[in-house]
Amino acid sequence: MAHTVTRLTRFNMTSLAVGLAFLYLPIVILVIYSFNASRLVTVWGGWSLRWYREFFSDRAMLEAAWMSLSVAAVSATLATLLGTLAAVGLARGERFRGRALFSGMLYSPLVMPEVISGLSLLLLFVALNAERGFWTVTIAHTTLTMCFVTVVVQSRLSALDRSLEEAAMDLGCDPVRAFLMVTLPLIVPAIVAGWMLAFTLSLDDVVIASFTTGPGSATLPIRIYSEVRLGVKPEINAICTLVIALIAVIIVIASFASRLSNARGESAAPL
Amino acid sequence: MPLLRIEGVAKSFGNFRAVDKLSLDIRAGEFFALLGPSGCGKTTLLRMLAGFETPDEGRILLGGNDIAQVLPHERPVNMMFQNYALFPHLSVRDNIAFGLKRAGMARKDIATRVAEMVALVKLEGLEKRKPDQLSGGQRQRVALARSLARRPQVLLLDEPLAALDKKLREGTQGELMELQRRLGMTFIIVTHDQEEAMTMAGRIGVMDAGRLVQVATPRNLYEAPASRWIAEFVGDINLFSGQVTARDRGRLTVTTTEAGTLAVSELWPPVTKEAVSVAIRPEKVKLSRRAPATDAGASQAINRLEGAVIDVNYLGGITSYRVKLESGAVVRSSMANTARLDVDAYLAGQRVVAWFTADDCLVLEQ
Repeated sequence: MAHTVTRLTRFNMTSLAVGLAFLYLPIVILVIYSFNASRLVTVWGGWSLRWYREFFSDRAMLEAAWMSLSVAAVSATLATLLGTLAAVGLARGERFRGRALFSGMLYSPLVMPEVISGLSLLLLFVALNAERGFWTVTIAHTTLTMCFVTVVVQSRLSALDRSLEEAAMDLGCDPVRAFLMVTLPLIVPAIVAGWMLAFTLSLDDVVIASFTTGPGSATLPIRIYSEVRLGVKPEINAICTLVIALIAVIIVIASFASRLSNARGESAAPL
Repeated sequence: MPLLRIEGVAKSFGNFRAVDKLSLDIRAGEFFALLGPSGCGKTTLLRMLAGFETPDEGRILLGGNDIAQVLPHERPVNMMFQNYALFPHLSVRDNIAFGLKRAGMARKDIATRVAEMVALVKLEGLEKRKPDQLSGGQRQRVALARSLARRPQVLLLDEPLAALDKKLREGTQGELMELQRRLGMTFIIVTHDQEEAMTMAGRIGVMDAGRLVQVATPRNLYEAPASRWIAEFVGDINLFSGQVTARDRGRLTVTTTEAGTLAVSELWPPVTKEAVSVAIRPEKVKLSRRAPATDAGASQAINRLEGAVIDVNYLGGITSYRVKLESGAVVRSSMANTARLDVDAYLAGQRVVAWFTADDCLVLEQ
């Protein structure tokens, strides 16, 4: 690791401050106003936790939040499982035919407009006559987020020295054991990071969820979106602040995971 | 029966023939080096011995059993990897114990063996460190200990010293030889560094384009290379091509355009072709100010080439000179600096006689 120390010049300081302000000022205002006592969003009425209480007694909102969290957890887990398997296949099975086509197809959700993904999934579920709700959203989110997991895990795998697995085989492991005992422990940080990424992507998705969900099973973003159309309630600010806090915690954990993989002497998964 | 017999082994990658019908016997307890330029197939051969590649044809007999199709984890052979391939998530101790655990050894025996290996490669006190907390030399030792721990019948070493700096490499060469003698184990090392091969190995197999071109002791490889290619690959050499114009009791007269007529002793087997190369190692070419006295009754003929020194390279132990002959050809000569005050005895531009005996020359067929 490089130990270059660059002195912060006044210019660097200013550009950093402007950049951070551009990114975080709206969020800071949102967080501050979530503690506003006033019913009017734009008028400051002193500090209060009123809107948090409001949220925790708003049954519909809580149900939506629970729906979102469980969809995110289940779809992230499925996506991590499938995405890791795909990454292993792509990084290790260099000899199979149509590998380039397969990897291209795998990455298409990265660039596909969400409206199109959502619409095509909706048509599929309608054709299958599937009842829309928790599972349809979960499956849709799994297809969306799986390719992100694959990208993260595959880059980690290809940075990993092939001779590590060979050394394990040389020392008495069959190929499966060599993978489980040497490769898997080394890509765990990337798998964890992939799961976190999938979780947050699922948590904040509106477009695909609104295509694939059914009546009575709205996710939190859909719920917020429909509330906001009728005018912003301060309660929304409180909910958003909680979501931001959750995502911040996840990002901190994910960066610890990639720090851990750095400490193991290999290049970390990009995140 | 040799410990390891390689019989007509071939391996291709697509249209590229990496190893081409190669046969080789290696005796138990031998330190054998596979030497060759990169891409000559030496690493592929080693990987076939380890089991990471399967030969397209041929047999690999270890103690009489064909292991060509046996998977790596079922072979009594271990490999030390070029980049060491230490498991970064395991400590030094767990790296060394890895193969022992897979072999189902009892815990107590593993601890004893690991301690023994740690002492063998002098890593005491570092057992709990992770590979990234070790220096290059220490990592090399861990890799060595890990590959020796299972007491393989054959240890394969893929460029084991390539990642070390020169000073460390020389020390480690000595340690590897000492270790091999003490354990009485069979070592097969792959290297592109001829000095390394000559220093350590008892026998060297030189490979080119997937074939073994010569298997010999370091001394024979250097003093009696089998072909012009080997003569040029191993060490420095002066080469003059010419025609055999006379033969007389083991003495050949070769007429060259670059160095005139040269007298050379014929080696066994005798050359059959007319077109040959006369080869002479630089350290066998002496320089003097005047031609040495011609002695008609001398046991060997002396070849004299007159020319001018064009450059002088002082290298400490030796000084190497380049002498340009009248024909325009350049002869290299290196002379040991045996006296402190007499180095650089010849200066650039000075006229000298480069001379060598008939016995010091090699005749190689074109």
